[in-house]
Amino acid sequence: MSDKTTNSIAFVAEGTIPESPPPARETGVYKWARENLFSNIPNSILTLVALALIYSVLSNTLPWLLNGIWTTSSLAECREVLDGKVGACFSVLSERWNQLLYGFKYPTEAYWRPNLALVLLLIALAPVLFFDLPRQLLGFTVVYPFIAFWLIWGGSILVPVIAFLGFVAAAVVFQRFGKGSFAAGFFGALVAALVVWKVGGFLIPEGASENAMLSSVPSRDLGGFMLNMMLGVTCVSLSVPLGIALALGRQSSMPLIKWICVIFIEFVRGVPLITLLFVASVMLSYFFPPDATVDLFLRVVIMITLFSAAYIAEVIRGGLAALPTGQYEAADSLGLDYPQAMRLIILPQALKISIPGIVNVAVGLFKDTTLVSVISMFDLVGMIRGPILASTEWNGVYWELLGFAAFLFFIVCYGISQYSQWLERRLATGHR
Amino acid sequence: MKNTVFLGALTVAGLAAGAAAAGTLDDVKARGKLNCGVTTGLVGFAAPNANGEWEGFDVAVCRAVAAAALGDSTAVEFVPTTGKTRFTALASGEIDMLARNTTWTFSRDVDLKFEFTGVNYYDGQGFMVPKELGVSSAKELDGATVCIQTGTTTELNLADFFRSNNISYEPVPIETNAEAQQQYLAGACDVYTTDASGLAATRATFDAPADHVLLPEIISKEPLGPLVRHGDHEWGDVVRWTLNALITAEELGVTSANIAEMSAGTSNPEINRLLGTEGTLGEMLGLSADWGKNAVAAGGNYGEVFAKNIGEDTPIGLARGLNAQWTEGGLLYSPPFR
Repeated sequence: MSDKTTNSIAFVAEGTIPESPPPARETGVYKWARENLFSNIPNSILTLVALALIYSVLSNTLPWLLNGIWTTSSLAECREVLDGKVGACFSVLSERWNQLLYGFKYPTEAYWRPNLALVLLLIALAPVLFFDLPRQLLGFTVVYPFIAFWLIWGGSILVPVIAFLGFVAAAVVFQRFGKGSFAAGFFGALVAALVVWKVGGFLIPEGASENAMLSSVPSRDLGGFMLNMMLGVTCVSLSVPLGIALALGRQSSMPLIKWICVIFIEFVRGVPLITLLFVASVMLSYFFPPDATVDLFLRVVIMITLFSAAYIAEVIRGGLAALPTGQYEAADSLGLDYPQAMRLIILPQALKISIPGIVNVAVGLFKDTTLVSVISMFDLVGMIRGPILASTEWNGVYWELLGFAAFLFFIVCYGISQYSQWLERRLATGHR
Repeated sequence: MKNTVFLGALTVAGLAAGAAAAGTLDDVKARGKLNCGVTTGLVGFAAPNANGEWEGFDVAVCRAVAAAALGDSTAVEFVPTTGKTRFTALASGEIDMLARNTTWTFSRDVDLKFEFTGVNYYDGQGFMVPKELGVSSAKELDGATVCIQTGTTTELNLADFFRSNNISYEPVPIETNAEAQQQYLAGACDVYTTDASGLAATRATFDAPADHVLLPEIISKEPLGPLVRHGDHEWGDVVRWTLNALITAEELGVTSANIAEMSAGTSNPEINRLLGTEGTLGEMLGLSADWGKNAVAAGGNYGEVFAKNIGEDTPIGLARGLNAQWTEGGLLYSPPFR
């Protein structure tokens, strides 16, 4: 303090020094590049190698992509137009666009029907996927499968209506008797549904599907990416509940149920999906008389559903095993019965843990739907490998077609994975 | 009967095939549609076009049979089959006939209980090499690397050929034709071998087809033809004689252009019998009198079908070769219509 008066210091700052910009090497892109890309010698070498790689990939693909031709009508014409230059022949996509999306036999004038079904699917899925939405929307979700069936397959509207009424009857009976005994409710519901369907079957007049509002489309005429989407959505939505039932069954204390579930899961997991598909398409036609076969689409849906249900069951079993025994005991000590304990305490936690695994199975299942091309169903890959590459105009176009297929699948699978990450964040309750 | 279902799939297959085979022609007539098995897609032989209509050399046989049996060449339900599903589809009665470039072999005919009704294309295994290799015969291929599809008869034929000529080769195993195309163009192998028709179709898709040559040697017999189930001879006869009608029509000069004129009656009695203006051949087959006329009118005679789908004016550009009429040095030889 005394120094002030004796004036022994040469300089005292009277105000703040004006801010000057940081040195050039400490700011912006330069700093970022130095710290992240060239921080030491090995990193610098890696950066240079990576740059060279990126350059070579881009310099090979970009001209191919940008020079792409969209308007010719055959591969030979593409080559003529390109005249030796590098370029893709995307014309195959524009010419066969509808075939890639809907297969080659779906009636052209009815393309709006699967399109509408897809839009409605988004509406029906919304309340299931995003549970902040009003719960009343779930009513539409319940009706959606029947609407979609009618839109895509067409035919008499009575078929989906009676199918729906069968389920309604089953639900009513279950509500009525399920309270007393689960078995009575379950089998009563089964009988009620079968009675409604049997009686309803007689009510549908002969030839109703011929002069129906929407023309009838047989399953064999479905194809393209539409078929992949239909198989994927149907099988995922059926196999999750079935997988939960199997996982709970495997933990059951009732030996019969437990062993049925164990044997089923272990058998299905021990068999490749493709053999199940061959059984569905080839073996089953031996067991049924030629005119009474189950619809091929239905056979394939059953097989894929059983297959993925076994995997989902194991994923959920992992979730159940991760819960401490205390949770089960807490549920018991509250006096909850088995369904209540599962519904309110055990499954919400177990399913939350299982989300990444279930999504993994779902993504795998969606991609596995391309396997149906080996049993001569024309899904997206089947269309490419069969009819399109076998046409004299387009034989020899591989990169464009398979790249397009990969692109479509990537969009859907990436979407699924982003949703699951959002769901995990949304459900995070800070236990970890 | 019900219990046997569970005893064994193969027993049932035999029984079901036998049971279903009784009266396929009646089934087809009652249904008003022919269920015809084809490939899921093979260039020139069967593939749906941009409008979703099936076209091709094998498809033409299906259409001719439908025209003969039902009088309508569009009354066909094409059932696509893969190499793995084709025989079960036929045996189980899902399809009435199979026209899917299937090689007629002893075991398929006898052991699998099918009946080949003729040959619509004589194929054989050939070799394709780049022109710059300067090879003019397969016997000069000593030490070559060969692209070959695994698990097929072509693999065995190749080994036999090289061994009997006492030369060596190095196989490059590949899975599908598409893969072979890429490998061959990338230079992973000097030679690509498969059925000659497939080689021609593959070469047609190349950027510069003229830079590749097919060697003259054909090292195997691959007679391709339509087939039906064993035991239903009436139906087998319909398919057999429809194919023969197409071949005979070419031999006798009946084409889709002049058929209307010729069916009014000609001075050649065999043409008259074929087209139904004379004799009762149609009745003997259980068909209408003009069955032969319908079959030929569906897509033209054999030569026209060949030229339209796989002939020299198409991108595939196959020469008639073995598939010429016997009068022109080929193997096509239809029994007489008498």
